[in-house]
Amino acid sequence: MISLMVNGEAKQVDVDPAMPLLWVLRDELGLTGSKFGCGSGLCGACTVHLDGKAIRGCVTPVAAAQDKEVTTIEGLDPEGNHPVQKAWREINVPQCGYCQSGQIMSAAALLADNPRPNSEQIINGMAGNICRCGTYQRIYAAIELAATEG
Amino acid sequence: MKPNSFMNVSRRDFLKIGGGTTALVIGTTFTPLSFVGHVRAAETPPIDPNLFVKIDVDGLVTLTSIRVEMGQGVRTGIPMILADELEADWDKVTLWQAPGDPDKYDPAGKDGQNTDGSRSTRHHFTVMREIGAAARHLLEMAAAEKWGVAVEEVSAKEHRLHHAASGRSLGFGDVVETAAGLSLPEGFKPTLKPASEWRYIGKDMTTIDGFDMSTGGADYGGDYSMPDMLIAVVARPPVYRGKVKSYNDTEALKVKGVKQVIEIPALADDKPAEFRALGGVAVLASNTWSAIQGRKALEIEWDDGPFTSHETASYDDKLKASAKGGGMSIRNRGDADVEFGNAAQVVEADYFVPYFIHTPMEPPVAIVDANSTPVQIIAATQAPNETRQYVAEALGIDKANVECRISLLGGGFGRKSKPDYVCEAAILSKAAGVPVRVQWTREDDIQNGFYHSASAHCLKGALDDDGKVTAIKYCGAWPSIVGLWNPAAKTGFGIEYGLGLIDMPYNEVPNIRIENAEADIMIRVGWYRAVNNIQHAFAMNSFAYELAAAAKRDPLDMLLEMIGESDEMDLGKDGVEEYWNYGDSTDIWPIMPNRLSNALRRVAEISGYGEQMPEGEAIGLAVHRAFHSYVAAAVRVRLDGNGGYSIPRVDMAVDCGRYVNPEGIRKQIEGAVVYGNTVATQGKITTTAGAVDQSNFHDYPVTRMNNAPMDVQVHILEDFVDLPPCGIGEPGVPPVAPALTNALFVASGKRIRELPIGDQLKG
Repeated sequence: MISLMVNGEAKQVDVDPAMPLLWVLRDELGLTGSKFGCGSGLCGACTVHLDGKAIRGCVTPVAAAQDKEVTTIEGLDPEGNHPVQKAWREINVPQCGYCQSGQIMSAAALLADNPRPNSEQIINGMAGNICRCGTYQRIYAAIELAATEG
Repeated sequence: MKPNSFMNVSRRDFLKIGGGTTALVIGTTFTPLSFVGHVRAAETPPIDPNLFVKIDVDGLVTLTSIRVEMGQGVRTGIPMILADELEADWDKVTLWQAPGDPDKYDPAGKDGQNTDGSRSTRHHFTVMREIGAAARHLLEMAAAEKWGVAVEEVSAKEHRLHHAASGRSLGFGDVVETAAGLSLPEGFKPTLKPASEWRYIGKDMTTIDGFDMSTGGADYGGDYSMPDMLIAVVARPPVYRGKVKSYNDTEALKVKGVKQVIEIPALADDKPAEFRALGGVAVLASNTWSAIQGRKALEIEWDDGPFTSHETASYDDKLKASAKGGGMSIRNRGDADVEFGNAAQVVEADYFVPYFIHTPMEPPVAIVDANSTPVQIIAATQAPNETRQYVAEALGIDKANVECRISLLGGGFGRKSKPDYVCEAAILSKAAGVPVRVQWTREDDIQNGFYHSASAHCLKGALDDDGKVTAIKYCGAWPSIVGLWNPAAKTGFGIEYGLGLIDMPYNEVPNIRIENAEADIMIRVGWYRAVNNIQHAFAMNSFAYELAAAAKRDPLDMLLEMIGESDEMDLGKDGVEEYWNYGDSTDIWPIMPNRLSNALRRVAEISGYGEQMPEGEAIGLAVHRAFHSYVAAAVRVRLDGNGGYSIPRVDMAVDCGRYVNPEGIRKQIEGAVVYGNTVATQGKITTTAGAVDQSNFHDYPVTRMNNAPMDVQVHILEDFVDLPPCGIGEPGVPPVAPALTNALFVASGKRIRELPIGDQLKG
């Protein structure tokens, strides 16, 4: 049994300790907001927070999250009104939307660490998250907006 | 395709509304599903507002989303049309996603709900307006009955019915029960709102799924489950048409969570691939990770089959040689060969575009319960009807016994029109006796996909003493999509010709010859966002710049002179007997060179083309017609002096005729620039001994924020806004790569004739 704290709730899961956190969240805990995109930490669709830091759930063994705070897109804000989420809606960022949970979690971690990032910091901070629909301009604009209003 | 067939079909079917058999019920207490069930039981004509509009007594309007959402904005755009004519208040509108059932949810009768080809808006604009207007009239009739006045005195506005003479008004919900008992009069023809009264059409609307997409609440294919479902990951043959020779699953079955290992039989040798399952060995587990681990533990010996000689280096050389050698004529005007003999200057250039793969962020995924009646599918599919058809075939049952629900799609780009992955889930569910979700990994997506065809293009042009182009000859060679059905095919077919090749828009050039040379089909080739338009736009726009350079002329002037100002290019005069025209009539959507010239001129003006540029900077132009839209790109580049460059700005001028949601269009075109940037700079699939070399985003890179054009300005042109709507999802992609390479040509003198650009500017 592995003990986790997910979105403020204590959880116990009986899985292989090597199972990536992404699959524990999706298949064992039913939290499907975090997405599978590459399985290799290359696209960022699975991004969640571990003790407040953005990590790639698809390459992080669940054992590494033992007794740590895991925050997923579902737990970022109880009403879905984190400044980044509000900015995402204001700028109308999503196209297909699939990568956006990971984009939002990366952006929220970026802003928590650096509330007023400059252009280079935004671009470098988000370069690990792929969007095939190509919403990068709007992601950038939404982060700038969240930084101003957050 | 008969001229005007779309218009005629929709009109004819629409007029059946109000016939004696119509049981028109605007739902009162029905849930959407039981509501549809009720309509099914009634003897209804093919089109009935019931299937598209439901209004509850509290006034909540549920509109049916008849198309598949994959990021192109169709769940917002099509309902906007319906809501506008219905006079519904968008804040009181919710959506119900139609399952795959074109008898009920394909009101234009054109594409069986298959959501690709940039068709949704252009095929449904009119019919959705008619349906909305019919439903509105029914509400007006109900209010008139309640008030005891003539229906002509009642008008619907902003979710209410108004009687101007008495000042009375009622909410939509207030008249629902009365409306439920009414039918539209015999011979009813809907009165459409004039454009001046549109509340939503032509106005910016944010995506209807925006809240869910920002909170993790939007459900994609892998987010659905069924009771007792197992999750399968499949090991497929590394080489096209390969087979399992033998396998050992001992170690796989030891992996915790693995429940079963099942072989999916290979197709019989004489059966074309179409969208059928590739075959392989599947590991079924209680969770995805266990299935992935189980697959790694399989020992499989493959029979690689007939295509191990598919090697990129030799195959590309063969394609290039084939195009160089010429092929069968598919369009001929005048005599280009004679003209080359008379020319002051002859210019030749060869272009090459490699295989690409779609890589939607959501890899293919589908759930099937093959043991229920009817068979139940929940899939991330662009083509629910074809999905039912191929699943029915895989299970040996009738399509009528297969139902397909549709999730949101995490990108599609044409990949999810091809339901091989759904067939896998069906076969496995049948064999396992439980519902099965098949999850493709990124490696599966890249290595076992349907590839955008590699293609070689040889162009030859004649210039006269004044630097005017007097002849162009174009020969293309590529493995055809038609190989999915006819593996022995050596040449393309009308649809591929129609994707920007046979309709080469240089209408003022007096001698034109277009040829298609042979190519072997050695891998699954399938359509990809914008399809062959990508390479045709690349070759033609590049060549226009090469001709201008040879003639020492401005490329914009050269392009405008070649395209001209005619309002119709008639390919019949050039010996083209059947022009595909994206499946549509040229009476409604002709090829209009004047719109190309207009878009090009406009983008040049807006972008500052022709102004003095700092050293190392240049603007490159390209223009292309695809899916009836006319899109011109102006890409500005800045060289860094070390063989690299940046893209400080991109302007895109878009003439898509009548448009519905400008905000949606801007997003599609912004995204198309990023997609086009991947095409131009990064994407390339290669093969060794028949197997794809790339496996994930480390060796199949796509554009990220740090190499994306970040200043993309989209300009929606109003000049032809009274003409019918055109496609938007795909047409933004083709002009991007040639505009970029044209800019690099002007800035650096280096001509890029082969994509991706990669390191070609270095050294």
